[in-house]
Amino acid sequence: MQKIYLDNSATTPVDREVLRAMLPYFSEKFGNPSSIHSLGQEGAEAILEAREKIALFLGCQKEEIIFTSGATEANNLALKGVMQACFQKTGKKGHLITSQIEHKAILEPAQVLEQEGYKVTYLPVSGEGIVEMQEVRKAIRDNTVLISLMYANSETGAIQPISEIGQFIKKINAKRVNPAPQGCRVNKIFVHTDAAQAVQYLDCNANSLGVDLLTLAGHKIYAPKGVGALYVKKGTPIIPIQQGGSQEYGLRAGTENVPYIVALAKACELVAQNRLRVSKKLAKLRDYLIQKIKKDILYCQLNGPRGERRLPNNVNFSFKGAEGESIVLDLDLEGIAVSTGSACTSHDLKPSHVLTAMGISPEIAHGSVRITLSKYTTAAEINKLIQVLPKIVERFRKMAPK
Amino acid sequence: MYSKKVLEHFQNPRNQGKIENPDGVGQVGNPVCGDIMKVYIKVKDNKISDIKFETLGCGAAIATSSMITELARGKTLEDAVRISRQDIAQELGGLPAVKMHCSNLAADALKKAIADYLGKVKNKI
Repeated sequence: MQKIYLDNSATTPVDREVLRAMLPYFSEKFGNPSSIHSLGQEGAEAILEAREKIALFLGCQKEEIIFTSGATEANNLALKGVMQACFQKTGKKGHLITSQIEHKAILEPAQVLEQEGYKVTYLPVSGEGIVEMQEVRKAIRDNTVLISLMYANSETGAIQPISEIGQFIKKINAKRVNPAPQGCRVNKIFVHTDAAQAVQYLDCNANSLGVDLLTLAGHKIYAPKGVGALYVKKGTPIIPIQQGGSQEYGLRAGTENVPYIVALAKACELVAQNRLRVSKKLAKLRDYLIQKIKKDILYCQLNGPRGERRLPNNVNFSFKGAEGESIVLDLDLEGIAVSTGSACTSHDLKPSHVLTAMGISPEIAHGSVRITLSKYTTAAEINKLIQVLPKIVERFRKMAPK
Repeated sequence: MYSKKVLEHFQNPRNQGKIENPDGVGQVGNPVCGDIMKVYIKVKDNKISDIKFETLGCGAAIATSSMITELARGKTLEDAVRISRQDIAQELGGLPAVKMHCSNLAADALKKAIADYLGKVKNKI
């Protein structure tokens, strides 16, 4: 059976061009970039080149790119690294603002910081799953050090107003030039965004976004799993969270994963070439799929925003009276891969924290199915999904107690 | 994550549906945890002569519901009430740890249905 893969927010296949770019760095150009001999230097050069490409992609300087093992590590480094670096100024009273709809790779480190004594505010979201500016404004305190908000949500595709927040914080920072003598006030709020889900579709120019830190993940943009990067603007206070060698400007100890770093750079390069074309194509397919589901299945609701405030590749529906996991399993038996909530939450049974933060009842949240398209998705694949989905939902509705 | 047997029962659930004029009905679960199971029984000569289920829930919820109908049919009430969550999981070739608690409620639903039946019989006397 030809498999149809519609779970691209979980991960994407590696693009053949990306694969080709990385392959020589396994068994031929395998040197350690820290080695002084030519084989090592070949690796060092590959990393330098990758760094330059990603810097070009983000509109920043190459020294501002820190390669990591993925978005989770980049997020941990951003949150813990910045909060702990500000420790001397703020004590553990330092304040972090994030939101209720973040990925666990933000929520979990935020909770660790809370346990250490730092203060954390988790911003609520609107019914569409978007953080509102007034909430950001209300949450800011004298000792706020960092705001970390995802660029786009992995479950609903809701695009967050990052550039608006970035510009707003710049204004606040302008008024903070003279810190209060007692110390509890830091003279700047830093802005971090986890752009893992957004990179393929949205502008990631660090300057126009107005962010100080930005997380990239390889495996959401057709590079392999296990590689990511953190953009850290010059002048941002940050300390490493793991100790060892002095790789990555002393911020990320450990021998560089040369082939994967090369892959990440290639993937970014491809995104820069195809972003607009892919976004346009997928927005059309997405809207077609939404409209067909609404027409063919009764008692369903689209979770998250519509149109331009939604990632072009994301569709998330709840089907009343049918449970999400069951629908996912049945679709899998038909050869179609989708997900319920995020792949990470399938390890616990609680309804999605993203959907419940949007005010959606647990009952409806349990019936949610996420369909995420890729640059390879075809109209024929979408049609196959539309053909089988109504019958599947009907089977479970029939099975449920009335 | 699921055994072949779980998936087989999920795909082809046994005894799915409703019994008209049942002798006992038991419902467990709630919308918050995501699983609701309803078990209907008919009782003849102290034995479960017919049993059906209706379930809203995940793959494990459906498979365990299906399995308990197979295990309970024909059993005396005393034996049926002793069917445990572990028995069901074992018959299905195991369940993921995370599903053992929340989605493995079929035994509880059956116990409730039997209690419902016994309560009705008592009232008649």
